Amino acid sequence: MTASSRETKAAHIRHILDTEGDAVSSNTQGFNEGRYESVADLESYDALKAEARAVKEDAIERLPSLIEQLRETVEENGGTLYIADDAADANDYVREVVADVDGERVVKSKSMTSEEMELNEALFEDGVDVVETDLGEWVLQVADEAPSHIVAPAIHKSREGIAELFTEQFDPDEPLETAEDLTMFARRKLAEKITAADVGVTGANFVAADSGTMALVTSEGNARKTVTATDTHVAVAGVEKVIPTVEDLHPFVELIGRSGTGQDITSYVSLLTPPVDSPTLDFQADELGPADDREFHLVLIDNGRMAMRGDEDLRETLYCIRCSACSNACANFQQVGGHVFGGETYSGGIATGWEAGIEGLDTASEFNDLCTGCSRCVNACPVGIDIPWINTVVRDRVNRDTDAEFDWLVEGLTPDEEPGGVTLQKRLFGNFSTLAKLGSATAPVSNLLADNPVSRRVMERVAGIDRRRALPKFERETLQAWMADRPPVVDAEREVVLFPDLYTNHVQVERGKAAVRVLEALGVGVRLADVCASGRAPLSQGMVETARRHAESIADALLPHVESGRDVVVIEPSDHALFQREYENLLDGEAHERLKANSYEILEYVYGCLANGADPDALRSGDGEQIAYHSHCQQRTLGVERYTEAVLDDLGFDVVTSDVECCGMAGSFGYKQEYYDVSMAVGEELETQFTTAETDERTIVASGTSCQEQLDDLLTRSPRHPIELLTPVVRTERVSGD
Amino acid sequence: MSQTTTTSAREQFRDRLQDFDVESTVVSPDEVTATLEQIASPPAVGVAPSDGRYELPDTVETEFSPADLEAAETGVTEATLGISDYGSIVVPTTQAGVEPVSLFADQHLAVIDERDIVRGMDDGLARMGDRFREAQFSGIIATGPSATADMGALVKGAHGPKTVHVVVVEQ
Repeated sequence: MTASSRETKAAHIRHILDTEGDAVSSNTQGFNEGRYESVADLESYDALKAEARAVKEDAIERLPSLIEQLRETVEENGGTLYIADDAADANDYVREVVADVDGERVVKSKSMTSEEMELNEALFEDGVDVVETDLGEWVLQVADEAPSHIVAPAIHKSREGIAELFTEQFDPDEPLETAEDLTMFARRKLAEKITAADVGVTGANFVAADSGTMALVTSEGNARKTVTATDTHVAVAGVEKVIPTVEDLHPFVELIGRSGTGQDITSYVSLLTPPVDSPTLDFQADELGPADDREFHLVLIDNGRMAMRGDEDLRETLYCIRCSACSNACANFQQVGGHVFGGETYSGGIATGWEAGIEGLDTASEFNDLCTGCSRCVNACPVGIDIPWINTVVRDRVNRDTDAEFDWLVEGLTPDEEPGGVTLQKRLFGNFSTLAKLGSATAPVSNLLADNPVSRRVMERVAGIDRRRALPKFERETLQAWMADRPPVVDAEREVVLFPDLYTNHVQVERGKAAVRVLEALGVGVRLADVCASGRAPLSQGMVETARRHAESIADALLPHVESGRDVVVIEPSDHALFQREYENLLDGEAHERLKANSYEILEYVYGCLANGADPDALRSGDGEQIAYHSHCQQRTLGVERYTEAVLDDLGFDVVTSDVECCGMAGSFGYKQEYYDVSMAVGEELETQFTTAETDERTIVASGTSCQEQLDDLLTRSPRHPIELLTPVVRTERVSGD
Repeated sequence: MSQTTTTSAREQFRDRLQDFDVESTVVSPDEVTATLEQIASPPAVGVAPSDGRYELPDTVETEFSPADLEAAETGVTEATLGISDYGSIVVPTTQAGVEPVSLFADQHLAVIDERDIVRGMDDGLARMGDRFREAQFSGIIATGPSATADMGALVKGAHGPKTVHVVVVEQ
């Protein structure tokens, strides 16, 4: 990406933040809070998620035979099933159906698949009047705008904006002000259209192969009217919507509304086995007709899906039930919505998989970098799709697909396994290990050189590193150097190997020292691993092979310690998460399992020591000290932040916690010139929480390096790692002069 | 199903209906007709129950045209299943027109036999499974009135009914 395209992108993002940001953030955050509340009430939440996942895995595995079974049931029921290869094929079929019944008007309920096909445009070409009946979709049709959210398409529009639009377009007799006014106005307008329509087009959230029953998940009742008021029903859906049986709908019916908009269930789940047997309604002649006059066409579209099914890394995308949980849980999406974080049709985290599979890498590459891998969508997804991994894989493919840029400049600087298509920006961030080593070796000169205005301008122009961000300050003495001549603990009850991640080793050396001191105070012997680079940095840039090389050397270095009975203790939460989660995709299964089972986040380990009888008096007491704690996104996905909270609480600290999904910094993301504004917008939510009357005097504590950097930029108080609070005041050091 | 579980499923069902702003009235079989007459605002249209368990009052029109549907204040139908965990009712799609009657009027007045109330969504789907496969059944799992938040705040009564009232027939 060139400097000018970065600036163009930054300008577009700023524009969306200014014009749509407020509406998007209040709506998505409302949905997200609703999700937390709604699933908390559901006792069998995890079991339902597992069931939903199993149904989808089975369905996609058996898809070709399920489609054949469905063809038989639909035909037996008196309908038609058409499998369309692509959008044009599907549109041609629908156009033919409409032409066959001399259809002049088509009413539609909300369907993302029809957006993907651009069905409205195709029908307009034939002179057919197509009317969206979902109120949000209709607002967008009137405004001639694209959806910004897959479930609530008009979340970027405020009530005032909609009132203005209606007033301008329709010149209503009565002024339209409240949401009630606007809804009733739209209801009346659309009722006229629906009762005079010839064909009703719906989507289908699920289609059961055993009975031909389709489920439509809605709240407004427009899908019901679309089907009931018209004689010809056309349902369009992706081929991946087929599930084996009607009973398999169960987990989805319970999860889809909760996961998406935070409703326990939407007003209507229509279970239709079409053609339905309601009488036909002729509003013009004011007559009812026989149900036998009803016609039904199911159009299932491939459009790249069968190829995705055969693609090991994209296949999971097909499990997606389009609930929007990954959008609502995403800190970046919460600020910018689908007009920035989205492609041709789909938006949010899973959109990368959809757009890569349907449209291609070019489309996916336009927004894929908005996924920072924070992993907050992972637990939110009702079918357990590893959305960050899909984003990483697609980023890797984009890197490989792009023509070489700056080859000549980076070859020597960045000894990675990547093709020339990786941008200089990605290459620099991806090879942070090289920079960190160089930075410490030459500190403080490296810090001075890096921080002068001329270098900052050059870095911004050449590599897109935003000059408003403070760069990390490398320490001359690394943690490994400090540790080298530290004598071992005598008679240690247990021994651990502490992982000195790149930041702890080169930048935040103090938190490393604090970790060693705390562990030793608890009677734990500490060895320091002689590897630092986990692969997190290259992985975040989509440099999968480089990350894999790092992962393998980490496993080689750490697993012998595990064999010798030492637990692995990790300070940086993003690296702990890597050992727990992402290494699954980088290491062989057994190596990952062993590392996963034997590695602990530092406060998790301290918690375990205390729970197993270690003396809490060996640590500094909180004495009521007031703390504002921001845990790390990936830490929360694993559920390990609770140990930090418990330890601080048990030691007498008075702790309040943030509840934002992510700090917005997310490793390199906040440094990137094109994303600086999104990063700050996300961060401002955290800033707000930590500058209230209750929090603005509190000591700021954060577990993650990135979170600390972000908080440092946002607040006047400098954050610390929780382990630094626990360092014993009375020196229990076994060496003098350290 | 024992009497006690029936009672408690019924009460849970009514509590959940209330969560979704749905009123409910419990009546004995011989009170159904009078209760419907009392609750239904005119003009009302309705579909008699498929098994003839109760009669509709004279004030509810069972012969209706599309224009009558649009003009109706109340639509009276049966509900064939209740799901107490969710306060949901299943409105069947029938040739007599249960679906449009329950959809076009401002108020949907639904009658359910308490013996048709099951606890969970899984119970509900298990009970309907064979009907979907063998009788090409269609039905709507309806929970609360129609609603939208697309206009900047939650509004009840988007395209479908603005209010729902469930009459539970005690056995």
